[in-house]
Amino acid sequence: MNWFSALARRKSASVARERLQILLTHERVAGGHSDLIPLLREEVVAVVARHVAVDPEKVNVRIERGKAVSLLEIDIEIPSASGSAHATKRGSRSGEMAVESIRFSS
Amino acid sequence: MAKVIVVTSGKGGVGKTTTTAALGAALAQHGQRVVVVDFDVGLRNLDLVMGAERRVVYDLTYVAEGKVRLPQALIRDKRIETLFLLAASQTRDKDALTDEGVERVIGELRSSFDWIVCDSPAGIERGATLAMRYADLAVVVTNPEVSSVRDSDRIIGLLDAKTEKASRGERMEKHLLLTRYDPIRAGRGDMLGIEDVLDILSIPLLAVIPESEEVLRASNIGSPVTISSPKSAPARAYDEAAQRLMGVDVPISIPNGRSGLLTRLFGRRAA
Repeated sequence: MNWFSALARRKSASVARERLQILLTHERVAGGHSDLIPLLREEVVAVVARHVAVDPEKVNVRIERGKAVSLLEIDIEIPSASGSAHATKRGSRSGEMAVESIRFSS
Repeated sequence: MAKVIVVTSGKGGVGKTTTTAALGAALAQHGQRVVVVDFDVGLRNLDLVMGAERRVVYDLTYVAEGKVRLPQALIRDKRIETLFLLAASQTRDKDALTDEGVERVIGELRSSFDWIVCDSPAGIERGATLAMRYADLAVVVTNPEVSSVRDSDRIIGLLDAKTEKASRGERMEKHLLLTRYDPIRAGRGDMLGIEDVLDILSIPLLAVIPESEEVLRASNIGSPVTISSPKSAPARAYDEAAQRLMGVDVPISIPNGRSGLLTRLFGRRAA
């Protein structure tokens, strides 16, 4: 049993590393900049709403943090019926304006 | 031009105060004019670690409130002429320290020192954000241990969000200082390795301070380890960190634990 417990012990650092990597991937999105996502959402909605009717519920702001660069994704859904919405529509999917993903270094 | 360093970590007990004292002393030992500033209102300890606990009359809060002038509160180190301490208040309310007050004090310190080293309190509350707010660069003190690494990650997020530099749209310079590293345990796989921590936190390495009895001995006698035991492994690691901050191209010593000697590792450099 000695070799077995020795082996189990040897692994603790890599277990720690794995647990941290999984945990921090989540926390960096949610907690790292706790007020960044709501702030971005609020400000982006305000700017777009000046020109187009926007449902604040249909705005999706996401940050994916990578090692070298992080990805900021802003998806804004715009009702497709009105003409003004069509005029500003830039997204690939109909009725949706996809603001280009912005890369920034983390 | 003066540089403001914040020594921070999120988690308590990882070596912020020890690092502030040792790094500040090491910079001063190279002839730099240095002030170490304690931001831990109510739980000050930098004075004790520096061996100046009986000389504190006025503190940061007094100066920030404009009740005394800065020179009245600065305590000159008895061993190194160019090293000064600005203590935290032990009795005053935490909220007595205002943003504007701190900004003014830091501004004044900038005109008379080369380095202003701010010892942050643990946590992510106001004291910690105040300590980092006007910093030009951050030294993130981390132990090779899961809770410390997690808290450091959180602090890195705050450094990118809550500092003046970040709000100006500039990149906040951050350096990792790994403390209490035990190369033997890391080699056995019982402790996170240097590479593990660097991979997870993704900030450049400034120094690796090996676990050493000299560090406790230094705080016992109220002397930064670079003064009390300059030839010891932790003192040398702190001295190299100081030189690196000064822009000297010194390789980072990585403790290897096999013979107590230090291996020179040229691969990693501070940014």
